Amino acid sequence: MTSVTYHDVQFLEPAKTRNYLNVDYGALSWLLTKDHKRIGILYMVSISVMFILGGFFALMMRLELLTPEGDLLTSDTYNKFFTLHGIIMIFFFLIPSIPAVLGNFILPIQLGAKDLAFPRINLLSWYLYMIGAFTGLLVVIIGGVDTGWTFYTPFSTQYSNTHVIGTTFGAFIVGFSSILTGLNFIVTIHRMRAPGLTWYRLPLFVWAMYATSLVQLLATPILAITLVMLMIERFIHVGIFDPALGGDPLLFQHMFWFYSHPAVYIMILPAMGVASEVVAAFTRKKIFGYTFVAYSSLAIAFLGFLVWAHHMFVAGISVYSAMIFSFLSYFVAVPSAIKVFNWTATLYKGSVSWQTPMLYILGFIGLFTMGGVTGLFLAALGLDVHVTDTYFVVAHFHYIMVGGAVMGYFAGLHYWWPKITGRMYPEWWARLGALLVFVGFNLTFFPQFILGYLGMPRRYHAYAPEFQVLNVMSTAGASILAVGYMLPLVYLLWSLRFGRKAGTNPWGAVGLEWTTSSPPPKDNFHETPVVTWEAYDYPAMLKAMGETQNV
Amino acid sequence: MADIHEAPHDVTPLPTYFFVFIALAAGTLLTWYASTINLGWANTPIALFIATTKAVLVILFFMHVIHSTRLTWVVIIASFVWLGMLFVLTFADYLTRFWAID
Ligand code: HEM
Ligand SMILES: [Cu+2]
Repeated sequence: MTSVTYHDVQFLEPAKTRNYLNVDYGALSWLLTKDHKRIGILYMVSISVMFILGGFFALMMRLELLTPEGDLLTSDTYNKFFTLHGIIMIFFFLIPSIPAVLGNFILPIQLGAKDLAFPRINLLSWYLYMIGAFTGLLVVIIGGVDTGWTFYTPFSTQYSNTHVIGTTFGAFIVGFSSILTGLNFIVTIHRMRAPGLTWYRLPLFVWAMYATSLVQLLATPILAITLVMLMIERFIHVGIFDPALGGDPLLFQHMFWFYSHPAVYIMILPAMGVASEVVAAFTRKKIFGYTFVAYSSLAIAFLGFLVWAHHMFVAGISVYSAMIFSFLSYFVAVPSAIKVFNWTATLYKGSVSWQTPMLYILGFIGLFTMGGVTGLFLAALGLDVHVTDTYFVVAHFHYIMVGGAVMGYFAGLHYWWPKITGRMYPEWWARLGALLVFVGFNLTFFPQFILGYLGMPRRYHAYAPEFQVLNVMSTAGASILAVGYMLPLVYLLWSLRFGRKAGTNPWGAVGLEWTTSSPPPKDNFHETPVVTWEAYDYPAMLKAMGETQNV
Repeated sequence: MADIHEAPHDVTPLPTYFFVFIALAAGTLLTWYASTINLGWANTPIALFIATTKAVLVILFFMHVIHSTRLTWVVIIASFVWLGMLFVLTFADYLTRFWAID
């Protein structure tokens, strides 16, 4: 007898084990999904491919720099490699990383919502991302591009004979995916919070994502129009940036950095949000100064728009405006510092547990601080003249973007992995990975501060022999870093099948995402949650546990 | 999704649309006419003034902003403030580039 009654089905698959992963199967159920959780996973897979590709170009560069002579790559190939590395890592990996993967997955659950406000637009944003990414890949295959990720004119419009239009078109399209994600998050945070979830009860990750989304919405259109103007000038020689045609090359830099400095905050703000979640969860404390941390995200989002010309100090802008921009750049460090102090104050007398997400976040706090402080060095007019366009700048932004943002992404990935997949990752291997990443990272990039200070310029495939020792250290560090990144790829995949079952709340953390099953059901919650507690109410939780379990 | 959108309560009477359209057409003619006479330094400000007025009409009436919620106003005003920041700080460079340095 083969007929299955309603009763049998219930017996075989009780409602509880139904989750977003097994409601339906097949490629189409993924490619046409409107579920924010599945879209988050689609993004996760896509940006991981990009991360590997960008990492490949980085390793090739580091290999070239093992020796002072330009022997492994020709200068042309080297130019293409650092360009592709930068474009892939920034536009195709880091900008979508935390928002589109973790934000997509976790944000609606943290709000107690069933989905984002516009599920179809969410799917559209992934397709736009894929179109942009494939355009980028196509450029890699047909010969690359050599303008640097900054596309400076007039080189990009007049002189470069590589695939500038294809690349800028790819970045242009990906920009729209970023705008749509930001728009979706803003509307969702305004309109879809669970009953009782007031603004000041929101997790700080939500505040950080809100600030990020504002930046995405307000800055990215400027990049779009700038790239369109670049394409127009390159294609039909309308004089916008080229002095020979009556344009002004610095106009390009102004407009590019009006987007791209705020864009660095699109990369770091979400990581700061993850830091707040993880610090609270692994110290069992309320975040010290919740409102300050929340509003400092908005302050960063705003002030980040007022500092862009610190990238142009030696480009020929007026010294008076340079002074203004230098002053404003010092200002933007204040809200960042507030966050660092508040996390540190939260750690004080907390019962810290050294799980992998916490290890990554402790690394994040230290490395982000070093990146921020060296940013202040660079914002000082006199010092910048000395170190601009040297490895000092390269070290500065890698401390923030890799030591800060990428570490934040890995912290969040490990923190929410049990929720996303229902499985625990292997803790021992993950700690080893975090350690390798920390050691490898510092060995790669700390020598670059010294190299830059000694005068080694960035973006060349050959260098003076006296710089070799520090460069060898850097390349050695990069190899360790590569192993550190490879490990999670292996053990996370392994854990999908062999990892311990996670259960609803493996960390004993508070927050709505830890009240629903892992992996969550298709609609996130079996019934709409009602929030009656403040964010990070660990003291109350510990007290309740003490009363019921007497521990 | 119904709860996400404001109920479409379009209270603009039809004649208003025609009136705005005529104003826009007149503005276009005015722009053309202004371009035929040389007003020296005032050329650009006048053209920009007409264009801005037209844009405001479109935003208020054709985009229904005049009947929209306060949040919509915040969004629109913020966008222009941001554009203003781009302009002001960029011109802080251009306009002071040739000042003397003592
Ligand atoms: C405390 C806040 C910060 C300050 C004051 C600051 C300052 C600066 C300055 C002055 C430069 C230009 C150096 C030069 O080219 O000579 C610079 C470059 C850079 N910064 Fe920062 N920065 C800060 C935070 C950040 C953050 C949060 C990120 C990224 C998440 C970041 C990413 C970058 C990048 C990518 C560059 C180099 C861009 C390029 O030329 O390719 N910075 N920073
Ligand atoms: Cu900047």
